[in-house]
Amino acid sequence: MRRILQKIIHKGLVTEPLKTEENQIKVLGERLNEVMRRRFQGSLAIRQVDAGSCNGCELEIHAMNNAYYDLERFGVHFVASPRHADLLLVTGPVARNMETALKMTYDAVPNPKRVVAVGDCAVCGGEFGISYASLGQVSNVIPVNVTVAGCPPSPTDIIRGILKAVQ
Amino acid sequence: MNFDLNEHLARLINDAGGKAEEVAGRPPCLRVSSTDWDLSVRVAVKADLRFLAVWASQEKTGFSIHAAFSQKEKGYALMTMQLDAGQDEFPSMVPYYVSSARMERVIHDMFGLIPVGHPDLRNWIKHEHWPDKTYPLRKDFPVATVMPRQEGFYPFIEMDGEGTHEIPVGPVHAGIIEPGHFRFIAVGERILNLEERLGYVHKGIEKSMEERDVFSASRLAARISGDATVAHSWAFCLAAEQAAGIGVPPRATILRAVLCERERIANHIGDIGAICNDVAWSFMHVQCQILRENLARLHGSLFGHRLMMDCVTPGGVTCNLDAEGIKSLLEQTQEVAREMNKLFQIYEDQTSIRERVIGSGTVDFENARDMGLLGYVGRSTECDIDARRDAAYAPYDKIPPAVKTCRGGDVSARLWIRFEEIQESANLIDKLLTEIPQGPIQEAWQIPKEGDGGFSAVESWRGEIATWIRFGANGKIDRSYVRDPSMINWMGLELAVRETVVPDFPLSNKSFNCSYSGHDL
Ligand code: SF4
Repeated sequence: MRRILQKIIHKGLVTEPLKTEENQIKVLGERLNEVMRRRFQGSLAIRQVDAGSCNGCELEIHAMNNAYYDLERFGVHFVASPRHADLLLVTGPVARNMETALKMTYDAVPNPKRVVAVGDCAVCGGEFGISYASLGQVSNVIPVNVTVAGCPPSPTDIIRGILKAVQ
Repeated sequence: MNFDLNEHLARLINDAGGKAEEVAGRPPCLRVSSTDWDLSVRVAVKADLRFLAVWASQEKTGFSIHAAFSQKEKGYALMTMQLDAGQDEFPSMVPYYVSSARMERVIHDMFGLIPVGHPDLRNWIKHEHWPDKTYPLRKDFPVATVMPRQEGFYPFIEMDGEGTHEIPVGPVHAGIIEPGHFRFIAVGERILNLEERLGYVHKGIEKSMEERDVFSASRLAARISGDATVAHSWAFCLAAEQAAGIGVPPRATILRAVLCERERIANHIGDIGAICNDVAWSFMHVQCQILRENLARLHGSLFGHRLMMDCVTPGGVTCNLDAEGIKSLLEQTQEVAREMNKLFQIYEDQTSIRERVIGSGTVDFENARDMGLLGYVGRSTECDIDARRDAAYAPYDKIPPAVKTCRGGDVSARLWIRFEEIQESANLIDKLLTEIPQGPIQEAWQIPKEGDGGFSAVESWRGEIATWIRFGANGKIDRSYVRDPSMINWMGLELAVRETVVPDFPLSNKSFNCSYSGHDL
C-alpha cells in the first residue's frame, strides 16, 4: 500500500490543464464542459461500435480516457449498451458481416441520437474502400452527423468531433 | 529468413517413401504430389515440426495448397502441391494438426476447395447471409462484386443436458473492443464450452491486396491489425523484398527492429494495465495508460505517427533518427522499463490481485504444443517459440533476443512473461541503438519477376506473423496470404476458459488479447 501511495504521489497529476497542442484541449475542454452542463445535465453517454476497423482507431479512443485527456472529467463516459447511449462513435469501414449488427445498434439508441464516424475508414472507406466484403464509409449504412478524419485521428481530434456533434 | 528446414523435411519425406522435390526458387520450397500430401504431413507431425499455416492459391490451371512448418533453430519449411485442373479436393491436415481446422475452413469458404476428412466444414468467414457458391479468392470473382443477401443460419454446437444453458455474447461487445460472437454453454456460471464465431470484421484484405503495386499493398498490410502495424508491415516488406531480391540497408533494419520493439513495449504495457483493470485494480491501469501515452507521444514527434503506421515500407523505412532522437528514444525506453519494474514489484505484493490471476484461464503444455500457441500465450506455458530467433531475420541474426518461457499457462504466467518481455525489449533497443550504423535508410525497389514471391515470419508483440506473397505481371500482387498469430491463439482461448466461470471470461480473454481484424482479414 505504501508503495502504491508513493507511486501515486510521485507521479502527481498528469491530467493536462489541457493546454498542450496549442491550447486545444483547454479550449475544447471548457467548451465541452459547458455544452455538457447546459444540454446533457453534465453527462453524455457514448456507445462505441467497431464496424470493421483495424483496431487502430480503438487505441486512440481508449487514449481519450487516459489520465492526460481524462475525458470523463467532462461528464463524457462510455456505456455498455446502446440503449443507454446518447451518441454512437463508429469506427472502420462497415464490414458486410457487421452491417446488421451496426443497424441494430443504431436502432437501439434512443432518439434524439448523434453519430460520429471516427477515422478515415469510417469517413470515406479509407484503405479498404468498397469491396465484396466492405460497404465503405459509415454513412452508406446509417446516418452520420459528424466525421473525424485521420488514420487514426488523434485523441484531441476525436474529442473535437464529439464536441461538434453535441453542440 | 532461415529455410534450412526445407532440406530436412525433404529427406524425411523421401525416407518415408514419398517424393519431395526441393525447388530453389523465390521463396525456396518443397514440391510434393497431391497423392503424397497426406504422407508428408504425417511425416512432419512425426518429426515434431510445428505447424504454421495452410493456404491456397489459384494457378493458371487449377489450384495449389501450401503449408508452412517450423522447428526452432532449424528454421522454416514451405510445402506446396498443385491440384490437377478440375480437382477441388485435397486431404485435410486436421487429423494431424488441429490448428489447421479453421484455416482449411477459410480455404473452403474462399476457394470452394474441399478438405477431405475435415470434421467440421461449417462456414467460417463466409457468414450465413452470403450467397452460396461465392468464392471471393478465385480469380473469376471481381473484388467489387456486390453480393445479394440471403437468409440463412449458423448451426452452433448444442448441448441439451439438464441444467445447461446458452449465453450468446456479441458481436457488439460492452467495451471499446472489436466485434466477435461468443456462445457459452454453461451450468450455473461454470463454462462447459465456449464456441467462437468470428469473421465479423472481414474486409476482404487478401482479395484487395491482389492487383495492387507493392507500395499500395504495404499500406494495406499496415492496417491488417492496427495495434501491430509495424510488425505486419515488416512481415509484408520482408516477403516482398525476398521476391524482388533486394537487401535493406543495415541502418533501416535496425530502425525497423527499434520500432517493432517499441510497439511490443507499448502493447504489453497497455494490456498489463487493462488486465489489471479487469480485476478492478485501476491503479495499475492508470499508471500503464500514462506510460503508454508517453510512448505514443514520442512516436508522434519522432516518427510522425503515434502508432508508427506506414513507417516501414518496401526497401527500408521512411523515418530516420538524428542523434537527438536516438537519445530521447533511449532515455524514454529506459525510463519506462524502470517504471514497469517498479510496478511489477507493486503487483507482486497485491495478494488479492494475484489470487484472481493465478490459476485462471489455464492452457497446459501438451495442448499448447499441439495447437502451436504463439507469442506470450505459448511462451507462458513452455512453448519456446520466437520468430526473431527461429527465422533469424536481420537484425536479430546479429542481435538475438533472450527468449524466456515459463510454466503455468494461466493469466498470471501470461502477465509475468509480458513484464519480462518489456525488459528484454528495452535491452534490445539499447543494443540496437548503440550499434546503429550510419547510412541510407531506403533501397530502391525493383519489380519482381512474374511468379516470384516471398515468405516471412516476424515476431509481433502477439506472436509470430507468417506472410506469403506472390507477384504477378508488372509488379502487381497476384496473391497475398497472411496468418496473424490470433488465427491460432483464438483456439487456445476456447480451451483456456473451459471449467472456469463466466465472469472470469473477460479476464482470460484480455490476457490472450487476440486480434479480430488480424484473424478475419
Ligand atoms: S482509419 Fe486507420 S486506424 Fe482507423 S480503422 Fe481505418 S485503417 Fe485503422
